Amino acid sequence: MAEVKNNKRRSFLQLSTISLGAVGTAAFIWPFLKSMNPAEDTLALGSTEVNIADIEEGQGITVKWRGKPVFIRKRTQQEISEAKTVNLEDLKDPAIDDDRVKKDEWLVLVGICTHLGCVPLGQKITDMKGEYNGWYCPCHGSHYDSSGRIRKGPAPTNLAVPPYSFINDTTIKIG
Amino acid sequence: MSGPAEPKKYKNPVLNWIEFRLPIISYFEREYGDYPMPKNCNYFWSFGALATIILVVMIVSGIFLAMNYTPHTDMAFDSVERIMRDVNYGWLLRYIHSNGAAFFFIVIYIHILRGMYYGSYKYPRELNWILGVFIYLLMMATSFLGYTLPWGQMSYWGATVITNLFSAIPIIGEGLKTWLLGDYTVGNATLNRFFALHYVLPFVIFGVVALHVAAVHVHGSNNPAGIDIKSKGDTVTFFPYMLFKDALAVCAFGVLISAVIFFGPNLMAEVDNYIPADPLVTPAHIVPNWYLAPFYAILRAVPDKLGGVLLMFGAIAILFFLPWLDRSKVRSCNYRPMYKWFMMLFFVNFFILGYVGLKPAEGLYLLIARLGLIYYFGFFLIITPFINWIEKPKTLPASISDIYLGMNK
Repeated sequence: MAEVKNNKRRSFLQLSTISLGAVGTAAFIWPFLKSMNPAEDTLALGSTEVNIADIEEGQGITVKWRGKPVFIRKRTQQEISEAKTVNLEDLKDPAIDDDRVKKDEWLVLVGICTHLGCVPLGQKITDMKGEYNGWYCPCHGSHYDSSGRIRKGPAPTNLAVPPYSFINDTTIKIG
Repeated sequence: MSGPAEPKKYKNPVLNWIEFRLPIISYFEREYGDYPMPKNCNYFWSFGALATIILVVMIVSGIFLAMNYTPHTDMAFDSVERIMRDVNYGWLLRYIHSNGAAFFFIVIYIHILRGMYYGSYKYPRELNWILGVFIYLLMMATSFLGYTLPWGQMSYWGATVITNLFSAIPIIGEGLKTWLLGDYTVGNATLNRFFALHYVLPFVIFGVVALHVAAVHVHGSNNPAGIDIKSKGDTVTFFPYMLFKDALAVCAFGVLISAVIFFGPNLMAEVDNYIPADPLVTPAHIVPNWYLAPFYAILRAVPDKLGGVLLMFGAIAILFFLPWLDRSKVRSCNYRPMYKWFMMLFFVNFFILGYVGLKPAEGLYLLIARLGLIYYFGFFLIITPFINWIEKPKTLPASISDIYLGMNK
């Protein structure tokens, strides 16, 4: 009888020691894993002010914001009407153009393909713009339209719109 | 006070002194001296030794490169150029390391294909195969991390594309990617940790290689006939027979790799990686290193982000299950008249996948990649498990020695 009692105590001690050790190890793994997340200085939100006075209609510029390229394009009337008149059922990631711009002629996008992070072509006049007159990602062949929406290819979602505001008619603040 | 009498096993008293305290002398004698190798092993059995030697060369050349390399986004590219131009023999160290990586994969692919063709993954060597696939995975991770370090355009965009694969995972994907990068894009935090991991992983590989070798020594090496050793007459001792055979293989290999290092050091390099990394401009064609290209072809053959990523990782993961997918008891393809040709076609198919992985993913290349993808998985999931329903294997020889008796008649 005494032996059985002893065995129970022994297995209780074993189990509690192992659990405590496991919990302790897990608790110490956390700070190590967490240290790999972006540091405070990386997190600190940056913002960029961009002068858009010199951009001609149909021209686009690329600026850097938090290490990422941001496309600012002054769209032509044709591009605007193309973007507005698309049948939403044809879109892979349906979104209306009005929700993606603050002023019809200005389109501001994070210039990173939502597939695997390449920078799509289409900013330079000589670039390939893809089949929908917007951007074309050379890495794996995604086509974006003149509102930055995905139309064809492997990318799952539209080009992202960063937070931005118009400070005045010729200056945009991104971030 | 004195312990048990120290045995006088060796003539050399120093060896006796060590052996008594740590029996490594007899261990090496047993595992690398008297160790019995099947006497019919061909030169394909030298590639394990070759791979081990390249691993050591990679570790040594890597350590010396690290003495002159700076893992910072502002200085990494220039520090590599300095190694190439100013550091004494820096160009040699770097060319040994970069071409060594390519040759490491050539050797490992031949080693893997040898294992597949002669059925070395089958009972009782399944765990050995699994350890080998682990080594292959670690090698791919290490080479990817290392390719980021020179901080050229291909380094940067290769790292961007590969880390973005993780963002395909639903819900946790974006967070996981950010955690891996330490930033929202590939940046200085990324370069730093990639360098740290690239330095440490080869030693992990070395550890797994030690297990891999220890595991193969338990049941002994497989052989081209794929039959078990029946008697001592079926074998030769590792020393001197295999050691000198391997030594000859190493010499031939040394000539080959030296020819590339000295006469064509950039044959397998991408020109774009001599342009410093620019986060705002993606090169027109991002190509992976050729040794990862077959999997890249599979990724791009699927017109869906998550699907492509899953199939790509699945193509590697399926290797782990090969010992259980193959239902045939016959190991060597030499005695499997049908599977042999499907196996050959698998090799060719893998090569073709690699080729289209380096080409743009459109038109005919895309079609070929999709056909290749179907054969890759069809080989593992349909042909390998079910072919023994219709295949009649040839009669296996009674023993390894019998093969040679037949030849003299």
